[in-house]
Formats: sequence, structure tokens, C-alpha cells
Amino acid sequence: MTLVELADVSKHYGNIRALAGVSLEVDTGEITCVLGDNGAGKSTLIKIISGLHQHDGGVLRLDGEETMLSSPREALDRGIATVYQDLAVVPLMPVWRNFFLGSEPRKGVGPFKRMDVEVMKRTTHAELLRMGIDLRDVDQPIGTLSGGERQCVAIARAVHFGAKVLVLDEPTAALGVKQSGVVLKLVAAARDEGLGVVFITHNPHHAYMVGDRFVLLKRGTMVGSYTRESIELDELTRQMAGGNELDDLRHELKRA
Amino acid sequence: MSATTVSSDERLLETSPLRKLLGRPELGSVVGAIAVFVFFALVADGFLRASSLSTVLYASSTIGIMAVPVALLMIGGEFDLSAGVLVTSSALVSSMFSYQMTANTWVGVGVSLLVTLAIGAFNGIMLTRTKLPSFIITLGTFLMLTGMNLGFTKLIDGTVSTKSIADMEGFSSAQDVFASTLTIGDVDFKITILWWLGLVALASWILLRTRAGNWIFAVGGNQDAARAVGVPVTKTKIGLYMGVAFGAWISGQHLLFSYDVVQSGEGVGNELIYIIAAVIGGCLITGGYGSAVGSAVGAFIFGMTSKGIVFAEWNPDWFKFFLGAMLLLATLLNAWVRKRAEATK
Repeated sequence: MTLVELADVSKHYGNIRALAGVSLEVDTGEITCVLGDNGAGKSTLIKIISGLHQHDGGVLRLDGEETMLSSPREALDRGIATVYQDLAVVPLMPVWRNFFLGSEPRKGVGPFKRMDVEVMKRTTHAELLRMGIDLRDVDQPIGTLSGGERQCVAIARAVHFGAKVLVLDEPTAALGVKQSGVVLKLVAAARDEGLGVVFITHNPHHAYMVGDRFVLLKRGTMVGSYTRESIELDELTRQMAGGNELDDLRHELKRA
Repeated sequence: MSATTVSSDERLLETSPLRKLLGRPELGSVVGAIAVFVFFALVADGFLRASSLSTVLYASSTIGIMAVPVALLMIGGEFDLSAGVLVTSSALVSSMFSYQMTANTWVGVGVSLLVTLAIGAFNGIMLTRTKLPSFIITLGTFLMLTGMNLGFTKLIDGTVSTKSIADMEGFSSAQDVFASTLTIGDVDFKITILWWLGLVALASWILLRTRAGNWIFAVGGNQDAARAVGVPVTKTKIGLYMGVAFGAWISGQHLLFSYDVVQSGEGVGNELIYIIAAVIGGCLITGGYGSAVGSAVGAFIFGMTSKGIVFAEWNPDWFKFFLGAMLLLATLLNAWVRKRAEATK
């Protein structure tokens, strides 16, 4: 079953063509990587999938049904969770409060209705552990976690609240090698849970480690769409790095 | 589930209980309170007498009743400069409605509650609609209320104070609720102390155990993130302003029923005292951090300092100096705590 399908989608901002003729698919338990340099149209693509902007050409299908997402809320309700680079967390609040923010479980009746703190703490710890992160103290402010760990909490939260499709906006961009590894493992774990993942990145090495499909964007158009079998890492890297442009650059930079 | 490899970090040290204690928002104020207490116990004769303690607690409670909702509002990331004069407005409405309509004083008390809550809601709605800083919005309400307090009182009563309502029906029962004195042993305690402690308990319960508390921390800590995950930011903020209004109503009724008449020019400047008590108690001026207990300790420091200076027979002018020094120290400590909390951001 194709969870999300984009066919020949385009988007204009005034007289600027941000995206044209982009097609991609995400299936259950699959990772589709969207690769591209700065200004390639990756952000526009995310905004369309997460309901922040509406496409003005082509077709967006969810579970095979043609749709136009009108708001991030609608996207969320239909199971599409987006984890942005600048994460939606409150740095001074403890991890467990952040995890359940906006959907706090409660117990008790009438004026004694209260948050189920025990369950919240326990669930946060368990959900993170299930994703492979052992956070000893869920009581610490989330601001004290590293960028990678915060990314992990955001992903684990999306998984816990029943997302079917996970859209990740450059989750490894600002991270070191080890941290990136942790996040990539988590992405793979989410895939194994049966989620479809849209993984946006400009790092072909990270993409190739986890991806099933690869979509290459350049200046708003799709320059390539591959399955894992049809492309090697070297070729992906070369295409991503600019391909022929890079050869030209190398030639230019060569000492006379 | 395949990836269950647990990544534990050998660099993570066990947190000692001391370090956990250092992370509490109230810490600075508690240390300060002990220091102030010891200081006045040494220099002021009679500071340790039970009757002195009762006086100190009374002074603390009159500030504390307002410091609690103001602290909640500050944790929610906003200010209320109109809080001081709102207390007077609340008392005036109660008194004048009762007198002019010659009704039972309780009717005036009820009308006052509605009017005061409406003013609080006005602050909140203006803030969330216009998206202007709360400093500007409530500065506007502060000035308008100051003018209205004087203007309406002169218009209706002809002078700057209200008429006595002491002989009206319901006065003594209202006085029992808002301004009575309880005698425990041979020491008299004002009932405002009970209101104060009740409010601290209620606010702590809301902050630490309810969903609304989670939202208050979130709207103050990162409003956009809170909105993104579905927290009703507008409702939370309006609710916080109405909480301040509720505190102002209690304080206003206390004012009215302990003095019987209300001076319409009172209350100006008190808003800063409430904010200072909240800040000394560990509330961050930028929102997202603080506690109700802290604000109570802040108010207690206030009460000790103001009365301690009297017991020590010093010139009361020094009160403001102590306050300023206290505020600076507390803010420095808070800034340090916050830096630790956000250390690796």
C-alpha cells in the first residue's frame, strides 16, 4: 500500500517556480530519501507533505486517495508527523512533559482530574528505550540533551502518537558522526515499526545507509529517481555533488 | 523491533541530591529567606516573638496573595502592570455597588468578582489579539484603571474615598471571610494568611499536576512549539490574566472589609512589588520557569524585611535598599540556574 504518493507536483510562489514535476512514493516500512543541495526545493516539498503549503499542480495521494492538505493539523490527523530541524520542544521543560505536551493523559474525576505523571514518566522512558535510547533521567530539562537526543525524542513522540508517515527535515544536518549514527538507527527503527519515512538530507552517505528509494532534486526540478537496486553509492554521491559540474570544477581548480 | 541496542553514556554522572536541590527554582529564595531571618533575629529585638511572627506573616500574605497568580502569569511568559491598581478597583466596585444600590454587601462582592475577572479577561484578550507585548497592554490598563478609580469615585462620592458600608447587611459576615482574625493560643493571626497558603497550594497543584500547568510552562518557555503540538495558547494566557484578577479580587475585598472605606488612589506601585516577589522566588523574567512556593518565599522575604526594619527601629527608608539588593542577587542566581538548564542547547 502506498502511504503517500506525489505525482508531477509543482508549486509556485508568485513568479518563482519553487518545485516542478516532482514525483515520489512512500510505502509502509520504507524509507524514501529526498536529496538536494540548498535551494533545491526540499523545504517546499516538506511543506506540501506536512500541509503547511498547498501544491498548485500535480496530484497528492494519501492511501491512494487524491487529497489536498489544508493545514498541519489535518496532516497530523491523517497520520503524517513532521519533525523539523528547529524542533518543537520547550527547552526548560523536563523531557517527559515535552513528550506529552498537548496530549497529556489524565486520571481522576471533576476538580481532581490530573495528569497521570507516573504513566507519563514511565511511558516516556519506555518509548525512548524501545527506540534504543536509554535516558536515565526523564526529569531533566530537554534543553540539556544534545541535538541528536532531542531529535530522537521528537521522533519517538511522533511514533508513540500513532504517526503512519514520518517526515524528517535534515535530522542529521547539525550532528556529529556518532550522533548521526544514533539518529539513523532510530530512523531504521521507525521503519521497522511499519512507518513510512520521508528522509530529507543533503548527505548521500546517510541516505544510502537507510534509504529504499532516492529522489534527487535540483533547482526545483527532479533530476533523478532511483530504487536502491538501481544505483550505487558512488553514483549517488557523484550526482548529489553536482556530477558533471564537479568534474568541471575540478578541472578549473587544477593547478596550471 | 530490531534496533534495541541501548546506548548508555559512560560520561553521565550520577546526580547527587545536592545538585538536584540546586536545580529547584525556589532555592535562591529559600537561602535568601534564611539569611534575612537570621539577620533580623540578631539585630532586631523582639523579632522572634510570636506576635512579631504574626505581623510578619500578615504583611507577607497581603503581598503573597497577589504574588502567586503573578508568578503563574510570569511562568506563562507575561507581565501584568495593572495588578496593583486592579486591587483598588475591585475594592471600589464592591463598596460603591453595595452603597449605591443599597443592596447586601455580598451582592457588591459578587459584582466586584465579575467586573474584576472581566478586566483580567480584557488584558488577556487584548494581548492575544493584538500580539503586542504585555508590558504595553497592561501599562495601558494600569493607567486607565488609575484614572477610572479616581474619576469614578469623585463622580459618585464627591471625594477621593468611598462612603462607609460598615452598617450594611452582610458586612460582618463578609468581614469574617476576608478580614477576620483568628486567635491561636494567645497570638492573633489574620485570615489573609489562610487565603495566601490556600492559593499557594492551589497554584502548586495546577502547575505540577494538571494539564493546564503543563501548558503554562509551555506557553512561557516556547510559545511557537506549544502551538505546534496543539496547546491552546490563547486560552491559557487569558486564563492566567483572569487568575491575577481573582487574586486582585481577594486582596481588594480584604482592603475594603478591614478598613471599611477605600482610598481610590491606592495600589499604584504594588504591581512591581508582586513582580519582585515572584522574581525573588525564582520566576524567570523571560517565562517558562518558576514556582508558586517560590513566590510565597519571595513574599515572606518581603514581609520580614519590611517589618524587621521596624522592629530594629531603623529608618524605614532602608527597606527599598534591601529590596533592591535582594532582587539583584536573586536574579543573578536565577540567570545562573537557567544557564545550567540550557547548558548544551
